[in-house]
Amino acid sequence: MTAPRARQEGRLRRLAGDLLSLFQGLGLTFGYFISPARVITQQYPENKASLRMTPRFRGRLVMPKDEAGNHRCTACGLCEKACPNGSISVLSEKDSAGRKVLGRYLYRLSQCALCNLCVEACPFGAIAMGQAFELAVYDREQLTLVLNQKEETTTNV
Amino acid sequence: MNALPASQTFPVTNAIGDAVRQLFPASAPAINTLLAIASLLALVAFLPVLLIWLERKVAAHFQARLGPMRVGWHGLLQSAADGLKLVFKEVLKPEGADSFVFFLAPILPASATFLIMAVLPFDHHLQVADPPAGIIYVIGISGLSVLGILLAGWASNNKYSLLGAMRSGAQMISYEISLALLMLLVVMVSGSASLREIVLSQQGTILDWWIFKLPGLGLIAFAMYLVTSTAELNRGPFDIAEAESELTGGFATEYSGISFAMFFFAEFVNMFVAAGLATTFFLGGFLAPRIGLAFFDAVVDFVPGFVWFFAKAFLVVFIYMWFRWSFPRLRVDQLMYLEWKLLLPANLVLLTLTAFFVIRGWIL
Repeated sequence: MTAPRARQEGRLRRLAGDLLSLFQGLGLTFGYFISPARVITQQYPENKASLRMTPRFRGRLVMPKDEAGNHRCTACGLCEKACPNGSISVLSEKDSAGRKVLGRYLYRLSQCALCNLCVEACPFGAIAMGQAFELAVYDREQLTLVLNQKEETTTNV
Repeated sequence: MNALPASQTFPVTNAIGDAVRQLFPASAPAINTLLAIASLLALVAFLPVLLIWLERKVAAHFQARLGPMRVGWHGLLQSAADGLKLVFKEVLKPEGADSFVFFLAPILPASATFLIMAVLPFDHHLQVADPPAGIIYVIGISGLSVLGILLAGWASNNKYSLLGAMRSGAQMISYEISLALLMLLVVMVSGSASLREIVLSQQGTILDWWIFKLPGLGLIAFAMYLVTSTAELNRGPFDIAEAESELTGGFATEYSGISFAMFFFAEFVNMFVAAGLATTFFLGGFLAPRIGLAFFDAVVDFVPGFVWFFAKAFLVVFIYMWFRWSFPRLRVDQLMYLEWKLLLPANLVLLTLTAFFVIRGWIL
């Protein structure tokens, strides 16, 4: 007689647990409902001044530079190899000591899928996904950028 | 139980009707009917627009979103704009569809909502008709929406429509049994099948509403009514008839323009009707929520009954929305399991227990 009763108790406990989980779900959604501060939607064009960006947002590729304008790129070309779209070209040159250094870092925004693979491939942390997302321009030539110059300029290479 | 005076419960006149009768004596026999039809039309036209906006806003806030914000104040005119768009869209008929049945189908659920609306007691003297067997009328009419959905699926000449309609038919017919049993319970305790009499049987304080008046059982019955009517409404988590992700819209797949709008609007008015019935059965209908304190009771009695009716109905509507946006959709077999193996036996036990309670007089 004990075995069926034990099984029955287990079933009852499971039923109670199931019912409790329903109320937990209701409680969770109600928590969201009553706290407008947790709303993540932003009224974009109107709130341009107070736009909240999240750190993991992936805008276009940038090359962070320190105050002196020095970047950390060694022209190793791993990002170029990692890019599935061929949107990066690392053009290296030799400095006066004969070492390979970065000449021009070409980034073709028009081909970029913002996939982050180049950033993951970079062993030096020389590139990062930026926060800029208003990227429309009137001429597609302006979408080819040279990232390692002080003012990122466009080129027609 | 303190009964209300007859002048308040059975008024024979209304201000607008009196004015029109005085101006146009010839219209006297028809004026109340016309007024009733006009007000129902206005209600049925306005309610879905409000409810769709409400649904979208409530759903959005349950998911930490904002919902429509652009058209009007907080998107208030969004659903009106959407409705207008649907009216102007072309009505398409798929090749091989049965023309007559295809266009008849959306009319049935829409007219069913009208017919049930006609017996809802909105206030002491705000009820189009009060048939003595109101509950049987309600059960009978609600079959019309099943018929509409089945016909829509059959006439569309589309496998998804047919599958959705068959699922929906199985679901609604199954859950109608539970719903009817719950209504039977209410009839048993209140001693009448007229919706108005059911409301009047709950006079007194808040504890005299059937949800509390039957100790414990009332609350269980109310919860079961909520679950059953959600399934009857084809709403989430029981929306396997639509099941957008599986059936591309179920029975409504082939409908466009105004025919789709009629299904869509009927769905939302039906939600209000189900909430109104829940209010009538368990939450004291148009009666004010008195708590027995003289001052508080005077304040709530001052508010007209239809305000209480709508407030309670919208509370239940909110619970329906809460369900929909919190629970995941059930599988078809789980749905049938829930009805035939859990709800129906529970309902029969509940009915028996209630009969026992009524006989022993264990009612608050």
